[in-house]
Amino acid sequence: MQTGAKKRNKLATLEEALTHIHDGTTLMFGGFGGVGNPPTLVEGILQKGVKDLTLIGNDAGFPDIGIGRLVSRERAKKLIASHIGSNPVAGKLMTEGKLEVEFSPQGTLAERIRAGGVGLGGILVDVGIGTIAEEGKEKISIGGKEYLVEPALTAEVAIVYARKADPFGNLVYDKSARNFNPLVAMAGAFTIAEADEIVPLGELDPECIVTPGVFVDMVIQSKGVNWKWVWE
Amino acid sequence: MGVGVESRNRIAQRAAKEIKDGMIVNLGIGIPTLVANYIPEEVHVMFHAENGILGTGPSPAPGEEDPNLCNAGGYPVTLQPGASYFDSAVAFGMIRRGYLDITILGALEVSEKGDLANWIVPGKRVPGMGGAMELAQKAKKVIVLMNHVNKQGKSKILKQCTLPLTAKEAVDLIITDMAVMEVTKDGLLLKEVMSPYTVEDVIQHTEAELILADRVTRL
Repeated sequence: MQTGAKKRNKLATLEEALTHIHDGTTLMFGGFGGVGNPPTLVEGILQKGVKDLTLIGNDAGFPDIGIGRLVSRERAKKLIASHIGSNPVAGKLMTEGKLEVEFSPQGTLAERIRAGGVGLGGILVDVGIGTIAEEGKEKISIGGKEYLVEPALTAEVAIVYARKADPFGNLVYDKSARNFNPLVAMAGAFTIAEADEIVPLGELDPECIVTPGVFVDMVIQSKGVNWKWVWE
Repeated sequence: MGVGVESRNRIAQRAAKEIKDGMIVNLGIGIPTLVANYIPEEVHVMFHAENGILGTGPSPAPGEEDPNLCNAGGYPVTLQPGASYFDSAVAFGMIRRGYLDITILGALEVSEKGDLANWIVPGKRVPGMGGAMELAQKAKKVIVLMNHVNKQGKSKILKQCTLPLTAKEAVDLIITDMAVMEVTKDGLLLKEVMSPYTVEDVIQHTEAELILADRVTRL
C-alpha cells in the first residue's frame, strides 16, 4: 500500500505508464475528432505493439490522427464510440469483420462514461427511443415517461490529455481539448494523464482544477502532437 | 442533380433567415456550416459545439489556428465574447434540457411526418450517429438542409423513411435546392420554391404528399 506522501507524487515515465497497457486491455481515451487524444501515450502504445485492445471513446479519430492511428493499424478488436465517419479505415475494418463497433449516441456515451466514473450503475435516457438504438435495451417508466436503461462504462486503463497537471494528478484542460477527457479521467480503474506542462504541487488554482487528482494514478510529460491536422 | 456551390450557398442563405437575435444554435457539418456566413451582423447568436464550446466565432485567419480550439467537425474556430468551455457531458446536458433553439443538420432521408434518417446506410456506410440523435430529438426547432433528390435522382423526401431513423417526428423545416417545406400536423406544407424550379417540378421530384401553401413564394 502506498503511503500518503507517495500518493502525492504520481509523476512517471512513458515506459512506466506503458507497463499498464497489454494485449486485450480495455482502454478508454479522451478526445474528440483527434483533438485532446493524448499523443505521446498513443505513440507509445503503437511502438509497444499492443493489440486486441477494446477501445472506448467518442470517435475513431482520423486514419493518421490521434486514437485513429491505433484503429487503422488494427490494434483494436472492439470499439465503443458514437462516430467513426472521420476514419474510413475503421469503417472498412468493421465491414471486413476485423473490428467490432458498438455505437452509442454521443451524449449517452458521455453520460455512461461519467456514470462509470462516479460510481453509478447506469443512466436513464429517452434519446434513441423509436430508433434501432433502443434495440436490446431494457426500458423503464418513471413518472409515466419511458426511458432506456444505459449501463455505465468503465475501463481497466483510461488515458487522457491535459494542458497542466501537478504531481497529485490535478488536471486542467485546454479549450475544446477538454471534451471527453474529464469524464474519461474518472472512469479508469487506472488513469494515466499526459500533460503539456507539469507544475509543482500548489501551483494550480484550486478554484480552476477540473479533474481532482484523486481520480488520476499516473502523470507523464507530453511530447506534443506528432501528426498533421486535417486542416493543415 | 448535384448541389453546386451556388445552390449550397442559397440553401444556407435561406436557412440563416430562421435564426433570430439571442438564439442558441448548433450547426452540423456540410451545408449547415455555411449558414453562419449569412447571419446579419445585428443578429447575435451563441453557436453551440457539442464537443464543449458555447459561443464559437468565425474560422481563424490562416496561420492563427489553435489545434485545441476546434468545432465538433475538427476544424479550427474562434470565440465570441461570453463564450465558455465545458466537457462533452455538459454539452449534451444543454441539448437534452432543450436549451438549443435551433439545430441545423444534413439528412439522407426525411419523411412527411418529420422522421429523420442521417446516420447509417446498413452494409454500405456506417459512420455512427455522433450527436445527431440528441440534437434532432431535443432541439426546439430542427431544420434539415439537403439535396432534394439523391445521386440516382430519387426523392429524399418520402412518405416513410427506408433507412434506420435518427429520430422520430423530429424535423420542423426542410430546405433543399428546390424548395422550403414545413412539417405540420396535417402533412408537409410546400411554402417556397427555389428558382428556376416550378411547383410542378417540386411535386414531381417529391415522393411524399405535399400540401400547397395558400401562396407559394418563389425564391
